[in-house]
Amino acid sequence: MDRYRRRKAVNVFNLGVSAFTTAIALFFLFWLLWTLFRQGLAHLDLRLFTQDMPGPGSEGGGLRNAIVGSLLLTALGILIGAPIGVLTGTYLAEFGRHARLSQAVRFINDILLSAPSIVIGVFVYEIMVVPMGNFSGWSGGVALAIIVVPVVVRTTEDMMRLVPDTLREAAAALGAPRWRVVTDVVLRASLNGIMTGILLALARIAGETAPLLFTALNNQFFTLDMDQPMGNLPVTIFNFAMGPYDNWHDLAWAGSLLITLTVLILNITTRIFLRTKR
Amino acid sequence: MNEATPTLVEEERTTFADRPSRDGDTNAAPQPLDGETALPHPQVERAKIEVRHLNFYYGKFQALHDINLRIPENKVTAFIGPSGCGKSTLLRTFNRIYNLYPGQRATGEILLDGRNILDRREDLNRLRARVGMVFQKPTPFPMSIYENIAYGVRLYERLGRAAMDERVEWALRKAALWNEVKDILKRSGKALSGGQQQRLCIARAIAIKPEVLLLDEPASALDPISTLKIEELVTELKGSYTIVIVTHNMQQAARISDYTAFMYMGRLIEFQDTNTLFTNPASKQTEDYITGRFG
Repeated sequence: MDRYRRRKAVNVFNLGVSAFTTAIALFFLFWLLWTLFRQGLAHLDLRLFTQDMPGPGSEGGGLRNAIVGSLLLTALGILIGAPIGVLTGTYLAEFGRHARLSQAVRFINDILLSAPSIVIGVFVYEIMVVPMGNFSGWSGGVALAIIVVPVVVRTTEDMMRLVPDTLREAAAALGAPRWRVVTDVVLRASLNGIMTGILLALARIAGETAPLLFTALNNQFFTLDMDQPMGNLPVTIFNFAMGPYDNWHDLAWAGSLLITLTVLILNITTRIFLRTKR
Repeated sequence: MNEATPTLVEEERTTFADRPSRDGDTNAAPQPLDGETALPHPQVERAKIEVRHLNFYYGKFQALHDINLRIPENKVTAFIGPSGCGKSTLLRTFNRIYNLYPGQRATGEILLDGRNILDRREDLNRLRARVGMVFQKPTPFPMSIYENIAYGVRLYERLGRAAMDERVEWALRKAALWNEVKDILKRSGKALSGGQQQRLCIARAIAIKPEVLLLDEPASALDPISTLKIEELVTELKGSYTIVIVTHNMQQAARISDYTAFMYMGRLIEFQDTNTLFTNPASKQTEDYITGRFG
């Protein structure tokens, strides 16, 4: 009986500690969200989406060019990064599971996954910005794509591995060649998971600042020209938050809230994606 | 089953003639290899599959030892034996599904209509279109019921819409599933119950009109009523297909098969017509097993 009581006490203690630490984590999360809403919500209006960045000293203004720029850069990053990631993940999970090449690819992918994003920014600066002679939207998109690739590779491989081998056997037993087993059955069975990986990668790059500092830079004016430096939210927030003007500070808050909401919505969407799977 | 780490890479590792055939006369039933215990073998008029000196390896582990067997055409042949005796392994050589995993290999010969399918030149996809297989656990594809059936057909045939509809209905009727699903063909195959899923898999297998149907414990994951339906189905299908079924359930083997092979420790102990094997087994081991003394 004594041992039982001790066990119960240990249980209560551990439960208490974990609940307490969870509360701390949640406290800071909600504090952050609350601050963002308090400071940003007032400025999250239509003007934000219709007007471009204000110059130094001018009144009002919005973030239209930064928002459009961010959308373009993110889209480019995903368009380049996701196909490479999905195909690589497919190779790792289906064709080269134990090949020596796969072991190497997995190892390098893990390194890339945890590489500081500023290093990626400097790298793209060196291979694209310097040869092209100026900062550009293209180089920003490539830098983001390099961040997308390892995330998508990892989730694609993991999700495809969740597909039971019996399903592959069943398809092969009908006389389906290997590539059709992969595209018709395995890919279809893991599609939700792969989409989730892509959405998570999207959420990840939506707020990346460092890789854009050396590549897309920023642009005060509206542009759709990917050969030019391109406005984007993270770098704009950085600049405006450090700037001396009140309307810049307000816009920085509004921009921060906008990014946070986007990431939040993306994460919730992925949850829904995964839930409908089962 | 898959002791080697599963990797789905087709490898042409199978060697076929790396051990000399022991008897020159290929049409005779295999002779007992050691003089002491005669290996009983029924008179098989026309063998659809003929196994000769088959050895099978998972990596270094030898799972089958010198199997010799003639599987009659358009009959039901059951493999029985305790867990790990090699009956599923033997079944999986008939469509070379084991080839998906590196490290698994077979030596000897397996003749399908007289042609050695262990030959490295054998086209595995065409072989598998001729030798269908249904697995222990139902494996519906993540697509609609209709597409589950049509998928395999499309791999090798180009059918018009009407012809495909007809084929799907034919296969589902054959598998005794049509009445339950005819109004929900667009629904996902995974939405069906376990027993229905398994019949869907059987329908999928027969839709491509194979000559041989391999059933690997098709009812072991099912409830008694679904099991009964599967058994009725097997009885229904024989005559037009050569059926080989692996089962843990001796009553099931006795009920539905024409011939039964008893395996133990990777060896074929006895092969008889089902009636003889269950009423008058030649081997002491068989008798002990079917009377429940071991296994």
